[in-house]
Amino acid sequence: MKKRQMYFRMITASLMRRRSRMLVALLSIAIGATVLSGLVTIYYDVPRQMGAQFRNYGANMIFTAAEDTFTLEDVHQGTALIASDQLVGVAPYRYENVRIHESPVVVAGTDMKGAQATSPYWHIEGEWPSEENQLLVGAGIAESYRLKIGETLEVSYTPAEAASGDETILDHIIDFEITGILDTGGSEEDYLYMSLSDLETLTEEAGTIDVAELSISAASEELSAYADRISSAVPSVNARLVKRVTASETTVLTKLQALVLLVTIVVLALTMICVATTMTAVVTERRKEIGLRKAIGASDTSIVKEFLGESMMLGGLGGILGSVLGFLFAQQVSIHVFSSSISFMPALVPITILVSVLVTGLSSLMPIRSATEVDPALVLKGE
Amino acid sequence: MSLLELKNIYKIYGELHALDNVSMKVEKGEWVSIMGPSGSGKSTMMNIIGCMDKPSKGEVLLDGVDIAKESAKNLTTVRRDKIGLIFQQFHLVNYLTAVENVMLAQYYHSLPDEKEAMEALERVGLADRAKHLPSQLSGGEQQRVCVARALINYPEIILADEPTGNLDEANEEIVVDLFHKLHNEGTTLIVVTHDPEVAEVAQRTIVLRNGRVVKEVQNQNFTGKIHFDEEGTHVTKNDLKSEEEIQAEEHAHENQ
Repeated sequence: MKKRQMYFRMITASLMRRRSRMLVALLSIAIGATVLSGLVTIYYDVPRQMGAQFRNYGANMIFTAAEDTFTLEDVHQGTALIASDQLVGVAPYRYENVRIHESPVVVAGTDMKGAQATSPYWHIEGEWPSEENQLLVGAGIAESYRLKIGETLEVSYTPAEAASGDETILDHIIDFEITGILDTGGSEEDYLYMSLSDLETLTEEAGTIDVAELSISAASEELSAYADRISSAVPSVNARLVKRVTASETTVLTKLQALVLLVTIVVLALTMICVATTMTAVVTERRKEIGLRKAIGASDTSIVKEFLGESMMLGGLGGILGSVLGFLFAQQVSIHVFSSSISFMPALVPITILVSVLVTGLSSLMPIRSATEVDPALVLKGE
Repeated sequence: MSLLELKNIYKIYGELHALDNVSMKVEKGEWVSIMGPSGSGKSTMMNIIGCMDKPSKGEVLLDGVDIAKESAKNLTTVRRDKIGLIFQQFHLVNYLTAVENVMLAQYYHSLPDEKEAMEALERVGLADRAKHLPSQLSGGEQQRVCVARALINYPEIILADEPTGNLDEANEEIVVDLFHKLHNEGTTLIVVTHDPEVAEVAQRTIVLRNGRVVKEVQNQNFTGKIHFDEEGTHVTKNDLKSEEEIQAEEHAHENQ
């Protein structure tokens, strides 16, 4: 039999046949590995989770015209450069002056689904328009003109030629059904909202886009990169970040990650102390065995190797257990805090096992080294 | 040249002379008992011969080499290569089976060989208990595993500390018989004991008291077996006294 075979036979025997003792040590290592792997998973998943949360606060990128105007086609070209899984929504807006009840108001033509995605915080009383000739009324306008959901609203548009004095050109008038009233507490309440196609029908011209709002789930550096790429790839579009949103996102994320990192370091330190204490107890209760091994000819190095091998194997087992439990822990945290599930990070498994092995090995080294100082003659006499 | 020679050995702890100018020789193949009451210095002597301690003064020549001058690391090597230890408390690794405990000594010495370890267990009559853990073995069986472990590397000396101290009479006899067998095969045996019956089965008994050699007896009618009278009780044929007898003598001496 090779020495290595006997070495593993001894280590395995110690772990398997001293199950109850080893289970305590394994538990302490596994708990440490669980919390560590869980926290690291959360650390890396926080930007994704928080990014999704931040998308509730509205668009973080806008397209404006680089020179005079830009079109819906330009918007599509720009958004094609963004990874589809990161693009939460796009809402192009075209603004026109119209009249209701003989008074001028501004109507915004947009993609209703896109607006819902980019502005999830909009509170709609009633429903979003889903068919032709339906519109949303801002709460400010609804109050001024006492408009109610379900009513028909006559909207008239005066073409530019008529506005400039050509009396042969008549106003375009279309009746719209009010499906909902928009309540945001902001300036959005002073607009009417209809689909782009309805606005094109009303104005009888396929107009240009004034501004497009985009909600993208990405960190600020990536957003900046997207903005630069879009601005250079689509010359008519000027893509820029909504600094108010991206800057606060970055600040919150940085602080949150720093907090998780700090907790991870503290947990790592506590785990090391806990494992070192456990291993000290494990080694101390085996002083007699160490004395015996020395008495029958073991060198200090071989004793260190055997006990270190044992603790590292224990660390490996704890790491495997910790990887599985850590993912479940992170999953529970994610579900309860962010209301969404977390994705499994396979790369974290070998890292957790490696860290667990190293931490256990390092924590055990000191008690093991001090244990080799035992005097076999005294220990075997029971002193 | 003697296999082992102690020359004017002292072991001093502060004011206490655990060994006080002790000299002795053990020849190759000899069976020697070291006997004495508690505190006589026999454990200190065993530790020095067993390379687990060094004398304060004097020479310990093993195969002509003074091991008293060796470093702790070299002493470990000498202990591993030349000495087989047997303890009163057996001292087996409790999570290793009998055969694995024997292989442990091989592991530190050279290469573990399960077949050879099994043969050693067979010699001590425990082949059928090889896969048992120490907790599944009786005291006598554990001591026999200890003997198998001590002899597995063919040491020059087998050093036994109170080898029958924790055994009943039946097991005591088995272990002494094993020693007899080993002696017949040419193994050098040094048995430390406080029990005159066990001491006198050796060829020679060295009696220690207060750290000094007070008597050296060449045992008459050496048979290597425990002597029993007609009623089956141990009897001593030499002028060896038990610890109780020595204490009683000393007590009487003080009262005079």
